[in-house]
Amino acid sequence: MAEISQDSGSHKKGGKKRSKKIPSRVDMTPMVDLGFLLITFFMLATSMIKPQTMEIAMPSNKKVDEDQQTVAKASQAITLVLGKNNAVFYYYGKSEGAKVLKTTYAADGLRKMLLEKNFDVAKQVEDLKQEKVKTKMSEEIYQKRLTELRNNKNAPIVRIMATDDANYKNLVDALDEMNICSISRYAIVDLDDIDKALIKDMNI
Amino acid sequence: MPKAKVKRKSTWVDMTAMCDVAFLLLTFFMLTSNFVKKEPVLVATPSSVSEIKIPETNIMTILVDKTGKIYFGIDGQDKRQQLIEKMAGDYSVVLTPDEIKRYSVLDVVGNPMQAMKTYLNLKPEIRDLPNNNLGIPSDSTDNQFKNWVKAARDINPDLRIAIKADESTPYPVIKKVMKSLQELDENRYNLITRLEGPNAK
Repeated sequence: MAEISQDSGSHKKGGKKRSKKIPSRVDMTPMVDLGFLLITFFMLATSMIKPQTMEIAMPSNKKVDEDQQTVAKASQAITLVLGKNNAVFYYYGKSEGAKVLKTTYAADGLRKMLLEKNFDVAKQVEDLKQEKVKTKMSEEIYQKRLTELRNNKNAPIVRIMATDDANYKNLVDALDEMNICSISRYAIVDLDDIDKALIKDMNI
Repeated sequence: MPKAKVKRKSTWVDMTAMCDVAFLLLTFFMLTSNFVKKEPVLVATPSSVSEIKIPETNIMTILVDKTGKIYFGIDGQDKRQQLIEKMAGDYSVVLTPDEIKRYSVLDVVGNPMQAMKTYLNLKPEIRDLPNNNLGIPSDSTDNQFKNWVKAARDINPDLRIAIKADESTPYPVIKKVMKSLQELDENRYNLITRLEGPNAK
């Protein structure tokens, strides 16, 4: 592999002095070895993929005055209850006497239901996306218009409740669906007694 | 006809070019790399369609593993040093400068303050064993987790909260974390997810 130098230091002692031709080439092999070793180290120690993140804002704990509170219209409200074994229960409107339905996190389950409910906004967002591609809209304007669309007053308001049997993935999935279905008004809330009773009937 | 002489080729290969390439790549990796954070537990984060990237600095990491143990850490060694000094003061745990130094190189730590001294004196090889990581208590009787967040916030007001939890973490643990954060009036945080891919589900 590497070339062994003919005249090394030990030979020099006994031999007579002669003008020695200094080799113009330096053996690079060890240096290459070192280079690749370091590359390997850096490749293994580096995290190339930055993790994704989902930003959420939770309601503040501070008491809000009665008149400042936003009251959701019952017709707009959807309540999701995340149960065990990846089941989702949902009902529209008020919890009293509501008809609880069961669905899943699959694309034809929860998403279909939410898209149907949020049809107008979802369609507009879709149109906006296409317009963006066609007209090369700047990101800034796009984001602004997107926020406008999402803040539609008539869009559904979703309450997400998780039972103690749900896991973290269920919660993230539910939040993700909100994102996919362009629902901007949602909140994670605790189960109240009425809902607990409702869910109990469904024997989850 | 004389036999064709087989010319003996020199075995010498010029390595200079290869060396150049190697070092070029090395430079690239050195400049672009941000090191993998060492975490005591492996956490499989759930997938999402969100494409927002997490910033690299000023991050407060709350790690929750699937058994529900909570780990906590902030970035920056000097900040960590201040944090552990403050927490040690609050819980009247006496730590030597050496132990404080040891804490400041750890990315996330999940132990109650009472066990912190023992934990920091463990050999690095056995530090990650599940038995040595008890998780930060977050019950209402002894909510150390809340105090960690509060102390970290006092030290660095620009911190953003990132929750990294395993997908099979039971919801009550997440609820406890969120409750504690809510009590501190920390209402904006990031949930770390991975990009939804073909083998994501």
